[in-house]
Amino acid sequence: MAKYLLLKHYRGAPAAINNVPMDRWTPEEISAHITYMNDFAARLEETGEFVDAQALAPEGTFVRYDGEGRPPVTDGPFAETKDLIAGWMVIDVDSHERAVELAGELSAAPGAGGEPIHEWLELRPFLTEPPTVTE
Amino acid sequence: MNPGTDTALIRGLTPGVLAILVRRGADFATAEDAVQEALVEAVRTWPADPPRDPKGWLVTVAWRRFLDTARAETSRRRREALVDEEPRPGPARAVDDTLQLYFLCAHPSLTPSSAVALTLRAVGGLTTRQISEAYLVPEATMAQRISRAKRTVSGVRFDRPGDVTTVLRVLYLVFNEGYSGDVDLAAEAIRLTRQLAAVIDHPEVAGLLALMLLHHARRAARTAPDGSLVPLDEQDRGRWDTGAIAEGVRILQAALARDRLGEFQAQAAVAALHADAPTAEETDWPQIVEWYDELVGLTDSPVVRLNRAVAVGEADGPRAGLAALAELEDSLPRYTAVAAHLHERDGDLEGAARLYAEAARKATNLAERDHLTRRAARINTR
Repeated sequence: MAKYLLLKHYRGAPAAINNVPMDRWTPEEISAHITYMNDFAARLEETGEFVDAQALAPEGTFVRYDGEGRPPVTDGPFAETKDLIAGWMVIDVDSHERAVELAGELSAAPGAGGEPIHEWLELRPFLTEPPTVTE
Repeated sequence: MNPGTDTALIRGLTPGVLAILVRRGADFATAEDAVQEALVEAVRTWPADPPRDPKGWLVTVAWRRFLDTARAETSRRRREALVDEEPRPGPARAVDDTLQLYFLCAHPSLTPSSAVALTLRAVGGLTTRQISEAYLVPEATMAQRISRAKRTVSGVRFDRPGDVTTVLRVLYLVFNEGYSGDVDLAAEAIRLTRQLAAVIDHPEVAGLLALMLLHHARRAARTAPDGSLVPLDEQDRGRWDTGAIAEGVRILQAALARDRLGEFQAQAAVAALHADAPTAEETDWPQIVEWYDELVGLTDSPVVRLNRAVAVGEADGPRAGLAALAELEDSLPRYTAVAAHLHERDGDLEGAARLYAEAARKATNLAERDHLTRRAARINTR
């Protein structure tokens, strides 16, 4: 019973093995990819492990507080952080091993040539509530 | 007491009612759904119209719901066979039946999260929505988890005795790892363990109940108004629930007197020694170390050894605690936090601050991370 974030982003990890940009795939390959992702989420719902999945718009706005009585400052997008986070899935599983297994399956989503993308996904545990028994 | 105003009382009837349906030949999964529907109906109608015999009312309504489903799903012949069995009433075997339900819901073929969910629903009488909110997952996910769990145990025979230690692990999980939602899972775990203790005479069941009561007694003192954790030695002991402590100690003493020690009794003994100390300074640490030695013998768990190192540090001084710690793997959860504490007590403030900050980065829960960060900050800004 631990929640994990499966984060799809492009910072820090090596490139995927099957690293062809999506706009170079055939339309059928794109459909196959999307079907795979949907099936994966549906399967997790069936096993009682699904919590949430979201895709993010590639470009965002940077915002910060600018002092009393002033509107927030906005900036960006900044070129180097573009496309930083594509989306995420949240799972609720019994063990870290199970989370790794599922992340591996998600990373096997097909891309160009119908072959697995082998993209790197980051697996991050949620911080929990403190346990009741402390000693 | 008017049962219409007390949902815990209504829910307390759940396992007995469900067991009667299963004894009459209903399959567990369908019977469980039928009992849930009867519970919802009871919560709705009893306040205005309380039944004279609450359990009998639930059995009648649940059985009718079950037959409705069975009619839709099974052949006419099967249905008649079931209806033929209907008149069998009677309170007999209710005690064993409740226990069998605990065993079934904690069956070893279930994953821990499935066993927890099924126990809370089929034994605890909570709705799927309440359970999903308590564990912060979508209701649809929890519904699937429960129906899969029911399928998993559908072939398990209801009349075989199970292993009570698997039940205790599930109840401990409910107690120890709940979120704070609409349902108070710690209180629910205590209710379910109390109910279990009423149907099985086992020192470890009593040990777990005592452990839960003794820890629950400290709950009000465990968090500051801002939500931050208050460690044991800084808690306002005047806010501990003396009634729960007295009950926990009494249950524990009766269990220990039977001389069949187990890990829950030993853990409860540690909690009882803390409960017994009027101030943190008066804690009987040497005796706590002895109980941890017992626990190491019973479980040989690294977590127990870590807690033992803390106790040794209090009983024999921080150097002795650090020596005990040095024998353990530094990859253990909370190892660094314990090391930080022992270094601080040993006067090595610089080392302690660095370790507290490192422990905060490794913490697996938010309250503990914030607590450790504050500890580091307190030293760094002194």
